[in-house]
Amino acid sequence: MIQNIIINGLINGSIYALLAIGFSLIFGVARIVNIAHTAFYMLAAYLIYVGFHYAGMSPYVAMPLSVVAVGLLSIICYKIFIQPIREHEAAVLIATIALAMVIQEALLIGFGGHYLGAPPLVSGYASIAGVKVTYQHILALGVALLALLGVWVLLMKTRLGLALRSTAQDREVANLMGMNEARVAMATMAVSVMLAGVAGAIVVPLFVLDPHMWMHPLIMVLAIVVLGGLGSIKGSFAGAYILAFAEVLVVFLIPMGAFLKGSVALSIMILVLLIRPEGLFGIFFEEER
Amino acid sequence: MKRRLAVLSVAGAVCLVLSAGFSAWAGKAIKIGVVGPMQFTQGEGHWNGATLAAEKINAGGGLMVGGTKHPIELVKVDSNEFLSIPDATNAMELAIARHKVDFLVGGFRTEAVLVMQDIAMDNKRIFIGCGAAHPELCERVKKDYDRYKYWFRVTPINSRFLVKVDFILLGMVAKIMAAELKIPKIKVAIVAEKAVWADPIVGIAEKNLPQMGMEVVGVWRPSPVATDVTAELSAIQSSGAHIIFTSFSSSVGITFAKQWGELKVPAAAVGINVESQKDGFWAATGGKGNYTLTINTYARVKITDETIAFFDTYRKKFKEAPNYTAGTYEAILILGDAIEKADSLDPDKIVPVMEQTKRVGTAGLVAFDETHDVKWGPGFTTAVGTQWQNGENKCVWPLNWEGITYEGAVPYIIPPWVVDHYKK
Repeated sequence: MIQNIIINGLINGSIYALLAIGFSLIFGVARIVNIAHTAFYMLAAYLIYVGFHYAGMSPYVAMPLSVVAVGLLSIICYKIFIQPIREHEAAVLIATIALAMVIQEALLIGFGGHYLGAPPLVSGYASIAGVKVTYQHILALGVALLALLGVWVLLMKTRLGLALRSTAQDREVANLMGMNEARVAMATMAVSVMLAGVAGAIVVPLFVLDPHMWMHPLIMVLAIVVLGGLGSIKGSFAGAYILAFAEVLVVFLIPMGAFLKGSVALSIMILVLLIRPEGLFGIFFEEER
Repeated sequence: MKRRLAVLSVAGAVCLVLSAGFSAWAGKAIKIGVVGPMQFTQGEGHWNGATLAAEKINAGGGLMVGGTKHPIELVKVDSNEFLSIPDATNAMELAIARHKVDFLVGGFRTEAVLVMQDIAMDNKRIFIGCGAAHPELCERVKKDYDRYKYWFRVTPINSRFLVKVDFILLGMVAKIMAAELKIPKIKVAIVAEKAVWADPIVGIAEKNLPQMGMEVVGVWRPSPVATDVTAELSAIQSSGAHIIFTSFSSSVGITFAKQWGELKVPAAAVGINVESQKDGFWAATGGKGNYTLTINTYARVKITDETIAFFDTYRKKFKEAPNYTAGTYEAILILGDAIEKADSLDPDKIVPVMEQTKRVGTAGLVAFDETHDVKWGPGFTTAVGTQWQNGENKCVWPLNWEGITYEGAVPYIIPPWVVDHYKK
């Protein structure tokens, strides 16, 4: 049973980490609570489905194309919906909720409520420490870890990453230093949504597609970033695995309560916040940023 | 020229009046609200079945009441009950208050139908259930006949009978596996989505399976919309289960079948999986749902003389096989018969006639018991068991059951990886 818990926890945690880090990035750098984050993840999944089923594309072509497409779309959405109201965080929150609903309803009109699926990139399974794991899950884990490594390289080793980190530290001073804060925010939005797109690409062969599939991950992502500390990337990374393991533990230890795995994960978040309100790696006073 | 223009104008006006009045020569349309989650396949089934029935009735001019033919007019009522019960109740209120429907058919999610039923009863509207299985919906008729007499259920068979058929299918598969794979005692993992309709099934299964000589190795209750059940499947495999006894009505059925097939979990999947009743299941699971067995209402076998013709017509028109919510077809034809026999649109006159229904339908002989529930059993509506076999959803039950075999049924196939696992 322990092997099952470890392996399933690692896989689920990697998918959550990919989503949460993108969300945390846009919040940490641009102070944008992008509720439409998981809606873009869903949109990327649908674009891959369309590319594969209707355009006859290979998944290896459809996936990067859809990631780029959602990235470009996010820039357009940022310019139209978010940039004009950037200073009003509550308004941005509401605007992104509306955007998420628009994406959902558009997909509902286009595809109906039918549950759709895409074939795996790699069929079959491997047996790891006696636990059966599909190759697609292993691929998902590998791609997620690569993407996370890519984010680290971007943030630590590139000029854009330097700009992102500077803006995250102090927006006004970064602006004074000559960094175009608005452009940095736009770039962050694109990177963040592209990360969500990568998560969508990974899960397309694993999950069932439906126009409401963005809701559960959103709740988990919000829980993860709050648990890890708002704006903390490493906090989001840790939070993702903590909550994923919590979910898997519930399934294995309380099978009758498997439907409660989300609730248990959120309860853990609340417990941590009661002890440490700023989250695991967050900053207690906003002025410290 | 002016005179010609005047003559033409008068002729045109006469034609307009005649065409407007022509519809008045026929009786006023009988409005039937078709209630269901219209964005989803279950609601589509409701609407499609109702459409076929309305087309059939209207092809003959409509229903004869009081010496006048009344055409059927369908009103689409999107209850959105998958996602929101308040939406369902609002939709019901809208159908009755604004659209002024005369009758209602449909409903899917028991939690929503329980409330929608009350609204229909408040307004004394005959409401024929075509989707929700909980016995409570019909028990209310017995508890308070005067209030709930306007409710009837045509499909599915209620969850107590679903359980019966469930256990019959389970018993059939257990017997086949025990014989072919030489398993002394069959172990069963119960996996039921966390929804009201599945609760009684879990309770009864835990009690009855040991009496049937089987062992329950665990109960898992994932969310109806769970996107990943690999953890559950790993746990089930660790438990040593030979059979996974499923109760799914929502998207978890696809997720489960896909991941079960991909991981080649060495246990046969038997039970209720509503998504696997649909043609789209094969594509949605990428073929990994092969060998799942589920209770079903329709299969392309000769359940009655009506079945295959209905099945083919439905598939030709809507490009997919009918699911059980297409029982609105039956519901409307039964209602139509009762209206004509009662020669009235008064629900209080129609109800006693409907209670005497005995109709050879597309899914069996439809008759109602004292709770206005569709009768189950040999000679009535039995349901069928269908198994996906290499891209086709085949009827595998009844096959030599109580003397019944529906022409076209084939034997059940144990998933080959299960055979390989136990024959090692």
